[in-house]
Amino acid sequence: MIRFTLRQFRAPAATAYAAMAVIAIVLAVTGPRLAHYYDAHVVGCQAAGNCNAVTETFLGFYHAVQASLGPVLLVLPALIGIFWGAPLLAHELETGTFRLAWTQSLTRNRWLAVKMGVGGLAAMAAAGLLSLMVTWWFSPLDRWNGNRFTPAMFGERGIVPIGYAAFAFAFGVVGGLLIRRTVPAMAATLVAYLAARLGMTYLVRPHLMTPLRVTTAVLLGGKNGAAPASASTLNPQDWVLASNTINAAGHVIGQDGTITVNGTQGIMFATGPGGVSLAGVGRCPNIPAGTVPGRDPHSSSLLQACITRLGIRQELVYQPISRYWAFQGLELAIFLAAALALAGICFWWVRRRLT
Amino acid sequence: MTAALHTQDLGKRYRGRWALRGCTLTVPPGRVAGLVGPNGAGKSTLLQLAVGLLRPSAGTVEVLGGPPAHDPEQLARVGYVAQDTPVYAALSVREHLRFGAWLNPRWDNELAGRRIAQLDLDPGQRAGKLSGGQRAQLALTLALAKRPGLLILDEPVASLDPLARREFLRHLMEAVAEHEVSVLLSSHLVTDLERVCDYLIVLAAGHVQVTGEVEQLLATHHRLTGPRRDPAAMPGGQQVIEASHTDRQSTLIVRSEGPIHDPAWTVGQLSLEDVVLAYMSQANCAGQASRSGLEAVR
Amino acid sequence: MIEFHLDSRSGVAPYLQLIQQVRHALRLGLLREGDQLPTVKDAVARLAINPNTVLKAYRELEYEGLAAARPGVGTFVTRTLSDASLPAHGPLRQDLRRWLARARQAGLDDESIEALFMSTFRAAAGEDVA
Repeated sequence: MIRFTLRQFRAPAATAYAAMAVIAIVLAVTGPRLAHYYDAHVVGCQAAGNCNAVTETFLGFYHAVQASLGPVLLVLPALIGIFWGAPLLAHELETGTFRLAWTQSLTRNRWLAVKMGVGGLAAMAAAGLLSLMVTWWFSPLDRWNGNRFTPAMFGERGIVPIGYAAFAFAFGVVGGLLIRRTVPAMAATLVAYLAARLGMTYLVRPHLMTPLRVTTAVLLGGKNGAAPASASTLNPQDWVLASNTINAAGHVIGQDGTITVNGTQGIMFATGPGGVSLAGVGRCPNIPAGTVPGRDPHSSSLLQACITRLGIRQELVYQPISRYWAFQGLELAIFLAAALALAGICFWWVRRRLT
Repeated sequence: MTAALHTQDLGKRYRGRWALRGCTLTVPPGRVAGLVGPNGAGKSTLLQLAVGLLRPSAGTVEVLGGPPAHDPEQLARVGYVAQDTPVYAALSVREHLRFGAWLNPRWDNELAGRRIAQLDLDPGQRAGKLSGGQRAQLALTLALAKRPGLLILDEPVASLDPLARREFLRHLMEAVAEHEVSVLLSSHLVTDLERVCDYLIVLAAGHVQVTGEVEQLLATHHRLTGPRRDPAAMPGGQQVIEASHTDRQSTLIVRSEGPIHDPAWTVGQLSLEDVVLAYMSQANCAGQASRSGLEAVR
Repeated sequence: MIEFHLDSRSGVAPYLQLIQQVRHALRLGLLREGDQLPTVKDAVARLAINPNTVLKAYRELEYEGLAAARPGVGTFVTRTLSDASLPAHGPLRQDLRRWLARARQAGLDDESIEALFMSTFRAAAGEDVA
């Protein structure tokens, strides 16, 4: 059965691995040059004093490769689910060949186990290999950008694509089994993959581990009268989930160093007999009406003192970069578990229900 | 000896409707058994139950002494050709034989190769490009080369032209002569089965109407023509299967173990098709009206 | 070696037809003692019938003493049915040919010839009995 599955799998696997070979060649040719440029010029640009020019060149290095291969790990698992997973069982059910396969001398369980096993392993291998190549190639750029923990980049590097591929494949197989038609199963797989990825990225991943919190002062200056505290306490690669302005009691009153009152952002002043009051928060006496923060240094510093006295601070909620690989591992485990659960559904359905 | 197929009160229900019900029969080994009935009678359901593609809703089924598709050994003993003979369209004839060899421990590669050569099939041709007759022959080769003890064929010649039909049955009979394999094949055309079957099962409206050796059936069923008579007035040993009347004459199809002695009747011989049609029309009437009238008092 | 054929509309059971054809061949001298009858496989391949039918016919022939099965080899004729009248067949056949030619010259078609022959044959057979 293994040999037969490989024979049936020949065409889709060949296309995929041929494409990967092309990608590998492109990356192998261009990657070392990119890394070399980074090491030779970008690293020492501060000392050389030409950082602007150097980084501009660096960020535009092999722009075509960056643009085309950046999203490749985003797309690969979906393609695997659609072109490897969905037709696996749907095609046999559509054409009736399952009646031929199930009356040879092997049980349905073994038939299914080999088909899913071969396809699933090939999917994970492809995703793993591709991720290895892409992560290696982009590492100088990633080091410069420091954004690998962000929602946009997290899923396109490291080991999580292996889990995505396994999940998309398994979902494709189940979809084909339940829907029994290849094309609708492909559509369903695409939708499920997008939903799972978006759901994980925005709803689940932030809470995989309890985020850390750090409080800093709100410093005036800049738009709307305040500027977010410089994230000097945080590693630039840390994943900032939220930057909240909190009052003395710890309640969130705004975002990103501003105060939001009644849905409107910005520090609101109200003039009145007692001086300036920060609307909804407290009063700042001794500050003349009409003060616009940032214009007049004296009143600005008075306002700053008032803010500090009222206990208005900024709280950063974040996941530190030291947790990056833990997160990769957790997310990989979740998607693999989901894939296994879907595979279990397949076995149950084929055994009990497809009669 | 173990029966080729044995069912006890076998039934299958799809969403509230019984496609097959109360099916009890025993097909002796070494026969070419024909399963005949109108479309929708439950023939395909019965065969798929025998092969393990369907699970019974009621009753039991045994092939060659064991439950269908129970383990690889049992699966190896039964060969099956499904309706419309599915094949892997993208794979060549040669690759289908390899498929058979990989998936069957008792695969006889020499037999398979010989048959393919005999049939003039190009081993390199993709199965999707074969004609209906060639596909049926390929499917038969796959089923035969695994050296089964029982071969089950679901309407194998239904969509074939007369020449392809004759060729298929010819090759099937050759294989039976050579390998001592029991055969169970279904058709809705009796003429296909008349030449090749020595055991018959008539299925209509989801129920078994009659089973038996063909010779026995032909010897015990007769056409009686004579003056008009009420079928209910027939003697006990003679069961009326079908009756038609004009104002003066009755034509009855009866089943009788012993000879017909009543001189009023002209006794005529029946072809197998006549017998089958009689039982099928009986099933039709029984389904439409109440269970009276056409069935004789025993 | 003879070849079998089947008339599916004759109303005669297939195995009986096979027996009849063997006996007919024996009578005409087409089959002689020691000749091999078609193997079951060949007969089945030619006629697309159940092998049991052929086996049954051969068993019946064995029972009548006309043939005997040699396991692993085939079934062979053991006795002929042709009688002493065989030498007379030749001249009789020639006479028939001449008669047929005359009938055609007289303008009779196939059906008329057959009807004429059958009615005369039956009448003569009836006279023989009576």
